[in-house]
Amino acid sequence: MNAGEATTPKLGVQAATKIYHTASGDLLALDRCSLDIRANEIVSIVGPSGCGKTTLLWSMSGLHGLTSGEIRLDGKAITGPHPDIGIVFQEANLLPWRNLDANIRFPFEIKGEKPDRAWIAHLLNRVGLDGFGGKFPRELSGGMQQRAAIVRALALKPSVLLMDEPFGALDSFTREEMNRLVEEIWLDTKTTIVFITHSIEEAIFLSDRVVVLSARPGKVAREYRVPFPRPRSLEIMATKEVFDLTNRIKMDIVGERARPKPPEQARTSAEIVRIRP
Amino acid sequence: MSDAIPEFSKSKASDGQDVSLTNLSAFASGPGISSGKEVAAIIAVAVIIIGGIELALRLFHVPLYIMPPPSSIAYALFDEFPLIAPHLGYTLVELVSGFAIGAVVGLVLAAVITQFPFAEKIVAPYILLLVTTPMLALVPLLILRFGFGYTPRIIAVALAAGPMVMINAATGFRRVDSAKIALARSYGASTLQIFWKIRAPMALPMILVGLMIGAIFGLLTAVGAEMVGGGFGLGNRLTTYSSMIQMPQFFAVVLILSTLGILIYVLFFLIGKKWASWEA
Repeated sequence: MNAGEATTPKLGVQAATKIYHTASGDLLALDRCSLDIRANEIVSIVGPSGCGKTTLLWSMSGLHGLTSGEIRLDGKAITGPHPDIGIVFQEANLLPWRNLDANIRFPFEIKGEKPDRAWIAHLLNRVGLDGFGGKFPRELSGGMQQRAAIVRALALKPSVLLMDEPFGALDSFTREEMNRLVEEIWLDTKTTIVFITHSIEEAIFLSDRVVVLSARPGKVAREYRVPFPRPRSLEIMATKEVFDLTNRIKMDIVGERARPKPPEQARTSAEIVRIRP
Repeated sequence: MSDAIPEFSKSKASDGQDVSLTNLSAFASGPGISSGKEVAAIIAVAVIIIGGIELALRLFHVPLYIMPPPSSIAYALFDEFPLIAPHLGYTLVELVSGFAIGAVVGLVLAAVITQFPFAEKIVAPYILLLVTTPMLALVPLLILRFGFGYTPRIIAVALAAGPMVMINAATGFRRVDSAKIALARSYGASTLQIFWKIRAPMALPMILVGLMIGAIFGLLTAVGAEMVGGGFGLGNRLTTYSSMIQMPQFFAVVLILSTLGILIYVLFFLIGKKWASWEA
């Protein structure tokens, strides 16, 4: 961690450990993983498949309990879903039997609150979904669905937005567009964002910090600051700095597996476990 | 829930365990009618088939008691309808009340049982037994116990429709999409809210399939029960007319029954189109 951080972090993960009890034995998904996320920061979490990224995010959201350790929001331990935390799921996760308006109203219905129409209209306008309120999810492209999901997550004005590989299913052009949109929204709202992704480029483009988790059991292997000024342009992504950073992160993730080696014999059982999704 | 590994990235909600006799999308599988030409062709073919049957039956002097020509069936339907109408009413009463009882019980049981996977395993064989046993077989027994009135028939219809509704609705309720439930839980939804706002709408297409199959089975059972005993109902008309060799009237009743079946189908098709079209 950097010096000069006397204030409590927005989201503090302290020695988070999670063991799944499965039919084939216990599975250590997170092992004393610690991480601080400051207010108004965008932090991406990357790591090999199955390293516990999603588990970590779910624990932050309060949807998951931890086996041991603690996650604190503004210094208070999270024990369950928290109204101050919004989540954007993998694939838009819209309710297909509701049109966009009804999907965005959903959080308010659950909470028994009146929807904040002006704010929702502002958000819809921000993501370019004006006039699509009556459409059903199946009538929209993947990118539009995910925009709607972002609006839904922001509708309750959370101070933290957790995004779980939100753009993994989109094509690369749409993905870049969505990345710019997330940055725009962040510039607009300064919501603290924790972003899980498989794409190192996406992580670098969006983040103030990129956190690399080690292979299972997940713990923080490394952190990188991304110093580029905002708003960032796609040209930045073509610079040597980004190229080098991308490669360093890639090496952290794939590590020794990236080096050529004779195929079958080199596979240890530990490695096979590691690459299982 | 809190200890499940979240892994729902690949599968969509719709490719769950849709094991059923039919599916709502099958309703809408036929191509729509798009032009006047098509309408004309459909009518022309119908005229040729019905007219051909009429012509052939008259040409070969087929006796009335073997197969009455369409025109005499139409005449009998028109002529006898005032006499048949009350029986249609009796059958509808049995069908609607028996179906309502069976559907409500089936839906509630499906909703409750799918919440408890262990209980589901225990009752599954009995439900299968209920689904596969033709409830008509019980009608003589029910008549012995309850007499020749409405009661045994309504019970038989409920017994026929209920399990069909239940088994399909249970398939619907079992289609858990953990991502959607997680979404609701992330806003602090209660179990009841999750049921009404996530599970029930997700199950709706399968519930409608179950209701449709249940209603058709109910109609079959109602008519069958009427044929076994009791002096009223469309099934009773069938046995009466056939015993009197009044074949045009007999076929007029058959025509009414087919129409009822088609109406049931169309009704649920329209409901499905309105409320469950997101699935297709």
